[in-house]
Amino acid sequence: MATKLAEVDAVLVGVGLVGTMLGRELTRAGLKVVGLERGRPQFTVPDFQGPQMHDELRYSVRKGLMQDNTKEAVTFRNRADQVALPIRRWESFLPGTGLGGAAVHWNGQTYRFQDSDFRMRSLTTERYGARFADPGLTIQDWGVTAADMEPHYDRFEYLLGVSGLAGNIGGKKIAGGNPFEDARRRGYPTPPMKEPYGSALFRKAAAQQGYHPFPQPSSNLSQPYTNPEGMQLSTCMFCGYCERYACEHYAKSSPQTILLPVLLKDPHFTLRTQAQVLRINLSKDKRQATGVTYVDAAGREFEQPAKLVVLGSFALNNVRMLLLSGIGTPYDPRSGQGTVGRNYAYQTMSSVQVFFDEKTNINPFMRSGACGTVIADFVGDNFDHGPHKFIGGAYVGEVMTNGRPIEFHPTPPGTPSWGGKWKSAVVRHYNHTSVLNVHGSSMAHRANYLDLDPTYKDAWGLPLLRMTFDFPANDLRMSAYVTGKAVEIGRAMGARQVNGAGRKGPYTVTQYQTTHNTGGTVMGADRSTSVVNCYLQSWDVSNLFVIGASNFPQNASYNPTDTVGALAYMAAEAIVQRYLKSPGPMVQA
Amino acid sequence: MTKISRRGFFKLAGGATAALTQAPALVAQAAPAPTPAAHSGAALFFNPDEMRWIEAATERLIPEDDNGPGARAAGVPVYIDRQLAGAWGAGERLYRSGPWQPGDASQGYQLPFTPAELFRNALRGAREELQGRKQGAFETLPGPRQDLYLESLQNGKQDLHGVPAHVFFESLLALTIEGYFSDPVYGGNKDMASWKMIGFPGAYASFYDLVDQHGVAYTRAPISMGDNGAGVIHLHPVSTQHSGKRGA
Ligand SMILES: Cc1cc2nc3c(=O)[nH]c(=O)nc-3n(C[C@H](O)[C@H](O)[C@H](O)COP(=O)(O)OP(=O)(O)OC[C@H]3O[C@@H](n4cnc5c(N)ncnc54)[C@H](O)[C@@H]3O)c2cc1C
Ligand code: SF4
Repeated sequence: MATKLAEVDAVLVGVGLVGTMLGRELTRAGLKVVGLERGRPQFTVPDFQGPQMHDELRYSVRKGLMQDNTKEAVTFRNRADQVALPIRRWESFLPGTGLGGAAVHWNGQTYRFQDSDFRMRSLTTERYGARFADPGLTIQDWGVTAADMEPHYDRFEYLLGVSGLAGNIGGKKIAGGNPFEDARRRGYPTPPMKEPYGSALFRKAAAQQGYHPFPQPSSNLSQPYTNPEGMQLSTCMFCGYCERYACEHYAKSSPQTILLPVLLKDPHFTLRTQAQVLRINLSKDKRQATGVTYVDAAGREFEQPAKLVVLGSFALNNVRMLLLSGIGTPYDPRSGQGTVGRNYAYQTMSSVQVFFDEKTNINPFMRSGACGTVIADFVGDNFDHGPHKFIGGAYVGEVMTNGRPIEFHPTPPGTPSWGGKWKSAVVRHYNHTSVLNVHGSSMAHRANYLDLDPTYKDAWGLPLLRMTFDFPANDLRMSAYVTGKAVEIGRAMGARQVNGAGRKGPYTVTQYQTTHNTGGTVMGADRSTSVVNCYLQSWDVSNLFVIGASNFPQNASYNPTDTVGALAYMAAEAIVQRYLKSPGPMVQA
Repeated sequence: MTKISRRGFFKLAGGATAALTQAPALVAQAAPAPTPAAHSGAALFFNPDEMRWIEAATERLIPEDDNGPGARAAGVPVYIDRQLAGAWGAGERLYRSGPWQPGDASQGYQLPFTPAELFRNALRGAREELQGRKQGAFETLPGPRQDLYLESLQNGKQDLHGVPAHVFFESLLALTIEGYFSDPVYGGNKDMASWKMIGFPGAYASFYDLVDQHGVAYTRAPISMGDNGAGVIHLHPVSTQHSGKRGA
């Protein structure tokens, strides 16, 4: 029997990035808030300190900070006619766990999406005609525009302290910034990071080819910064242990460095860690959430009643929680009906290896999670797709994050995979190789979706999430095209040899690509194709807000978190300024 | 030394009689004297036969040469032994509920074995495979013959007590590379030799002043986590003096 606790104003499912932000906004509005986080409490001191944090085996290879998949995994198949099998070890994507969530061990590559991403369906139709996109693609508009999002991006970036160079302030273009970005009200809070050697070579080569290189906007800070919450961040040391690691230097923006200490001091806020939420409880008519049920570390079950539920448990978990709680209609790929789990998308990644002579010391270990130089010339709809048979695009950049040798020991094609020749090739190329990333968009397709697995269970006996996904042909064509451009830039960098090809199918869970899982609780103006309205309020249960990359109708070329944070601030503003004044649906269906 | 082509080996591997006629000549010409085990102390997981096999195999995967030590001198067998004896070997962070069914390659590892079980079964199977061919134990074969056998595992689908040969090979190679390049606190990468060999600074991690000195030759010796057991604590210049209540 669950122990029933006293009702609170709001309960947060997950205290990662979204949970921390909503906790802060709601307590500030005077609400009594309980945050439930399944993982451990963890802080910069003592948990993230060196030298223990600089352990490639523990954190990169064994995924030390990631969700424990002996308790909760995801099952996977490429196509609906296959049997999905559990992902027994994380490889392709790495869901986080613990206080602060995946934003503890992210890279900090911090991009805004563009207007052509938010209005993908209508702008594609407007520019290329209704028949241009492959018929299986279920792309759609978000129900918001870049202009609607700007104030929230701005606020989130100033919370993070992002280091970058604006390319478009109020319509005025700024040399050296991203010329394709939509207008922003002001520059980045801190100047761009130092440019590593490989990135500088890329900048020169890309500019020579007529592209527009700019510094990757980074949440690894270029200089000390105090954010509007009074939190102080320090300068990034280019330590080379960033992605998959927590920062010992208070230099990477994460809940621990930007907000959590402020939230934890608030008497209106109660944090419970090792609290695994099993479901959102509903009223008899299923129109209202009454709270959540969770299990603590010792296996004791609790019911936490609440007037408002905020689900911010990471994209994949958000979808699963709705399905486990019986909220909304699950998507059926045969009929195309139902919305929960619909429009699951990912990221279409490829890379290009650039091999230099032995005089060129790339020093790959002098890097950070988000340093580097990129071009946006092939992002989204920044180029004419008319001659091509695809929509979407990719940014290309020299954004190497590390030289940790268990995973980074590049050798040219044709090198044996072991033995003396392999060893000599590793020694020859280790410090003389640079890698370009081609970071591509991912279109929603009717065949790709998330639902509950009929067979495999988690540690509490509940069905695992089942992922059915393969790369749409559109995205493979996009990847081939943009990767070809990246290879040309690689050649122009003065390389001895360049190796790279577009992403090939089938999608495999055995190779890391990104943890940019999107969709499944899509936002939109039309409830027949979305799970939440444009304020991220559930169409079915009006006192439930679902926030995360699960709201994306399809995924853009850029990394998702700036948009997740901006959406979180947008939803928080709607809750505080409108919903609390008169609870109920904010948009009539 | 007699060279034997890969095709030749597969022919050999196919028929035990052929192997019998060819093997002695090779052994006579190229067999190195079996070296005594280089690992320090008792193995925690492997029995002596298994340890000899692992020492021989990992040394072929990363051989000693002018660049630097091979896997054996770097302590890779010790590393693998400790990994298999510990939590990781027992299936830490491996979702282990059935039903077990073979999937597509894109679905990843689907065998019911923990890493420890996988090695134990596969090593037994590999030993029996060579015994069946009357070629002598793997660790006594000359180097080139060992390479050919490892290649037959890498490309092979033969069943080693339930473990497909190529799956065993991939695990062996992955663990060998881990042991060679991971921090010495795990038992491999003795004296940080692999880091010195490629110029990786190890756990040292502060390059703010160097990152924009493009192309600089970095010559400082690497640092292991074990070199600084007490740790360095970075104290936050804490600045959140105000209470949670701030105007929106
Ligand atoms: C290695 C890595 C690198 C990345 N790099 C980048 C990058 O450079 N740029 C970028 O834009 N994005 C990046 N990301 C993605 C980024 O981390 C996420 O977009 C971001 O953290 C999402 O925030 P969130 O609040 O939705 O989820 P999270 O921050 O993951 O928080 C969700 C929280 O909910 C908790 N939770 C889940 N289920 C339950 C439950 N049932 N009960 C209780 N608690 C629960 C989790 O434990 C977690 O703490 C990266 C991710 C990874 C893993
Ligand atoms: S690279 Fe910079 S931001 Fe990342 S962990 Fe190291 S010091 Fe922190």
